[in-house]
Amino acid sequence: MSEHAHPNPNATDHHDEHGASHGSMRDYVIGFLLSVILTAIPFWLIGTHAIADKGTAALVIVAFAMVQIVVHMIYFLHMNTKSEGGWTFMALIFTVIILVIALSGSLWVMYHLNTNMMPMAHQMEQVS
Amino acid sequence: MTASTLDTMTQATTPTASPEQRTAAFYELEPHHHPEGASTMLGFWIYLMSDCLIFAMLFAAYGVLGGNFAAGPGPHDLFELPLVAVNTAMLLFSSITYGFAMLAMAKDNKGGTIGWLLVTAVFGACFLGIELYEFSNLIHEGATPMRSGFLTAFFSLVGTHGLHVTFGLIWLFTLVIQISKKGLIQSNKRRLMCLSLFWHFLDVIWIGVFTFVYLMGML
Repeated sequence: MSEHAHPNPNATDHHDEHGASHGSMRDYVIGFLLSVILTAIPFWLIGTHAIADKGTAALVIVAFAMVQIVVHMIYFLHMNTKSEGGWTFMALIFTVIILVIALSGSLWVMYHLNTNMMPMAHQMEQVS
Repeated sequence: MTASTLDTMTQATTPTASPEQRTAAFYELEPHHHPEGASTMLGFWIYLMSDCLIFAMLFAAYGVLGGNFAAGPGPHDLFELPLVAVNTAMLLFSSITYGFAMLAMAKDNKGGTIGWLLVTAVFGACFLGIELYEFSNLIHEGATPMRSGFLTAFFSLVGTHGLHVTFGLIWLFTLVIQISKKGLIQSNKRRLMCLSLFWHFLDVIWIGVFTFVYLMGML
């Protein structure tokens, strides 16, 4: 319990092999400020319709989301390539690969399904 | 016998050790012991990754069904951006206050940890309250999950995230009770670190939700 009242880093030395870091005040504050900025800008962009072209606006807010996810990973989840001997990072990479395949695959297949199905519905209307 | 011949003898006998010794070199016959909870963090991370895949499927479903309004209301009629912005702020505040709880934990400050956990819980509860208010408004307007494919996908995705936050809050209160009873013992610290990952992970998922569902919907 509070036998080791002395402030880290040596207090939990024998458990440090799982390499989870608690981060520092500086980490959390930097992460928070970056998140606030990266959240506020897309909300402002969409709220004021600052970008007229919808495609460009979508790309810009997705880019902001990607950056913010990386910021959260680094400053809040304390991800790095070395924790747990690199296994957390491996699991993350694996998940990202599956995620990209599942998302892009579903959207691609269903988009093509929709475009291929539409003429058929149209033809059926003409027939009937 | 000189020391050098003794050396050669030991070297010579090593490769021709008994079969049991050789087997032991290749297989671990004894289960080796980790300190309690040493693999919990990796296991919990892998759980989070699998949870991430659940959300990937829900996002994919939303991406596919998000345009099927069935002549019902669409994002422009339903979403209120200011409300979503407030909600996002609540989750972001709860993230940093959880960070402060972790910092207090690292300093073995029991009172500070519990205090910051409770502040986190307040922000989490505000998030949930706002989300439930939004849902009840939608349902009141007739935009129920049964109305269209878009609304089914929307309620599944945002609702699953909300459920995660709910269980995170239950977990948080459980930890507050455990810490106040047993103090910041090693197992409680481990639990706090797991919940920290869970809570920040939910914030990461919310980034995807507000970007792909709310902001893209309002384009």
